[in-house]
Amino acid sequence: MDDLYREVIIDRYQNPRFRGELDPHDYSYEDDNPVCGDHIRIDLRVDDKDVVTEAQFSGQGCSISQASADLLMEKITGMPIAEVRKLGKQDILDLLGIELGPVRLKCALLSLKVLKGGVYGLDEVVTLDELAAS
Amino acid sequence: MATSPQVGTLDVGRIRKDFPVLDVEVHPGVKLVYLDSGATSQKPLQVIEAMDTYYRRQNSNIHRGVHTLAEHATLAYENARVKVAKFINAAKPREIIFTRNATEAINLVAYSWGRANLKAGDVVLLTEMEHHANLVPWQMLASEKGIRLEFIPVTEGFLLDLAALPALLEQFKPRLVAFTAMSNVLGTITPAAEIIRQAHAAGALTLIDGAQSVPHLATDVQALDVDFLAFSSHKMLGPTGLGVLYGKQALLEAMPPFLGGGDMIKRVQLRSFVPNALPQKFEAGTPAIAEVIGLGAAVDYLNAVGMDAIAAHDHELTAYALERLEEVPGIWIFGPSAEHKSSNATFTFAGAHPHDVAEILNRYGVATRAGHHCAMPVHEKFGIPATTRASFYLYNTREEIDQLIEALYKVKEIFG
Repeated sequence: MDDLYREVIIDRYQNPRFRGELDPHDYSYEDDNPVCGDHIRIDLRVDDKDVVTEAQFSGQGCSISQASADLLMEKITGMPIAEVRKLGKQDILDLLGIELGPVRLKCALLSLKVLKGGVYGLDEVVTLDELAAS
Repeated sequence: MATSPQVGTLDVGRIRKDFPVLDVEVHPGVKLVYLDSGATSQKPLQVIEAMDTYYRRQNSNIHRGVHTLAEHATLAYENARVKVAKFINAAKPREIIFTRNATEAINLVAYSWGRANLKAGDVVLLTEMEHHANLVPWQMLASEKGIRLEFIPVTEGFLLDLAALPALLEQFKPRLVAFTAMSNVLGTITPAAEIIRQAHAAGALTLIDGAQSVPHLATDVQALDVDFLAFSSHKMLGPTGLGVLYGKQALLEAMPPFLGGGDMIKRVQLRSFVPNALPQKFEAGTPAIAEVIGLGAAVDYLNAVGMDAIAAHDHELTAYALERLEEVPGIWIFGPSAEHKSSNATFTFAGAHPHDVAEILNRYGVATRAGHHCAMPVHEKFGIPATTRASFYLYNTREEIDQLIEALYKVKEIFG
C-alpha cells in the first residue's frame, strides 16, 4: 500500500462526504495557498449552544488538501466551537495518518487555517508557515 | 524510440558531463531526471568554476579600486557585460544593465521610464499570457499613476491573437507594448518582430520579457529593433540573483535613475547628486560581481554549443514530449502544437491534481513543476487552476522524456 496515497486519502479525494456550500451559514471563511493556488472555503452552521451541526467545504486543490478538508469537516461536526478553536497541526496529521514533508504539510493544513480564520473571525489568525512549524 | 542521447546536432552525452548535478541520486538508486529548466536551469562546471575562481583569486569590489585584485575583478565584471551585449547583439555594452533578476529589470522600466513618461489615461498594452513579472509592475503603475492596461488576447489555440493587434493599437494608442517572446506556461513563441514593427508604426515603445526566450532562441535586439529586453541569468546556465535589462542607449540616458546609492553617482553633495553615466547610473550599490562573472561563463558555454543547435534540440525534444504525452490517457496539453512552441510541455491529468502528479513523478526522480507557474490569468482564462509543467534544455534527452511518460502511467495506477 502506498504510504502517502493511502486508500482513505484517495477515497476522500474522489468521493468527498462534506463537499458543498451552506447558505445560510453561521460561519464562512475562505483562503488560498498562494504557493500552489489551492483554494478552500468552509461554511459552518451551529446550534444555540455553539455546537457545529453542519460543516461543508468547497474549492479546489490536491488530494492531500481536499482529503484533509473532508476529514476535518467530519471531525468538527458535533463539536463545540470552543473545541474547534483548539484544534492543531497534530489533529490533522492524526486524521490523515501519514507523514508529510514540509511542502505537502501546508497542503494538509490549509483547511485548518481556513477553519481557524472562520471561527476566530479574524483575517490573519495564523499563517500556513506558523501552522506548519507549530 | 531513440537509444542514443544525440538529439539534433548536439552531443548531449558530452554536454551532460559538464553538469555535475545530473548525476545526483534524488532517492537511493534513483537518478535525477531534471525537467524543470523553465524554473531554473542547471549550471555547468565552467560557470561554477568561474565563480569559484573569482572568490579564490580575484575577490574584490569593483570600480574605483586601484589595487591589483580590484583591477582584475573590474575587468572580469566588465568583460562579462561585453559578452552579454554580444550575445544579444546589443550595439554597445553600456546598454546592458545588471539587475537582481528579470523581474527587477521590468520593474526598473516601469519605475523609471514609466513614472517619467506615462500619465493618467496612457495605455500599456500587454498580453493575456504574461508571467506575473510583466503584469504586476504595470498594475502597480496603474494604481499609482492611473495608466490603463489593455491586453492582446490569447486564441483558443494558445497563440497570441495577432489579428487583434492593429485594432488594439488603433483604439488605445498605447505608449508601450510589453510582451513575452516565449510563454513560460504555454511555451508559445510570439511573433516578436511583427509585434514590434506594428507597435513602432503606431508610435509605441516595446519591451520583451525574454526570461524564457533568451535561453532557448538566438536573440538579436538590433534586428528586432526592440526598445527594452529583460531576461534572467539563472535560466540560461548562469547563477541566481542576477538579471539583465537591455535598453536602447538614448532611452536609458533619458530615464531618471532607479535605485539611489553608491556607484550610480558622478558627484554627491549633502542635498543633491549628479547621476553617473550608463550603465552605472542604473547599478546602485555593490553588484552581484561573482554572478555577473558566472553569467559571462554561461554565455561562453552557450556560444560554444551554439544557440541555433540549442534551439533545434529544444524544439525537437518539445515535439517528442508532446507526441508521447498524447499517448497517455487522461492527459490534456495546455499549449499549442509543436510548430508554435518550444522548451516545455504543460498539461493536466484527469482525476489527479498537478501537485499529486508532480509528487508521484518525483518518486521516479522526475523533477517537474506544479501550480500556476506565476501566470494565474492565462490559467483562469482556460478555467484551470493549476497544471504540471515539464521543461527542457540542452542537457535533456529523449530517454528522460520516456521516463516522464513511464512515471505518468504510475500516476494513472494510483489515481486512475
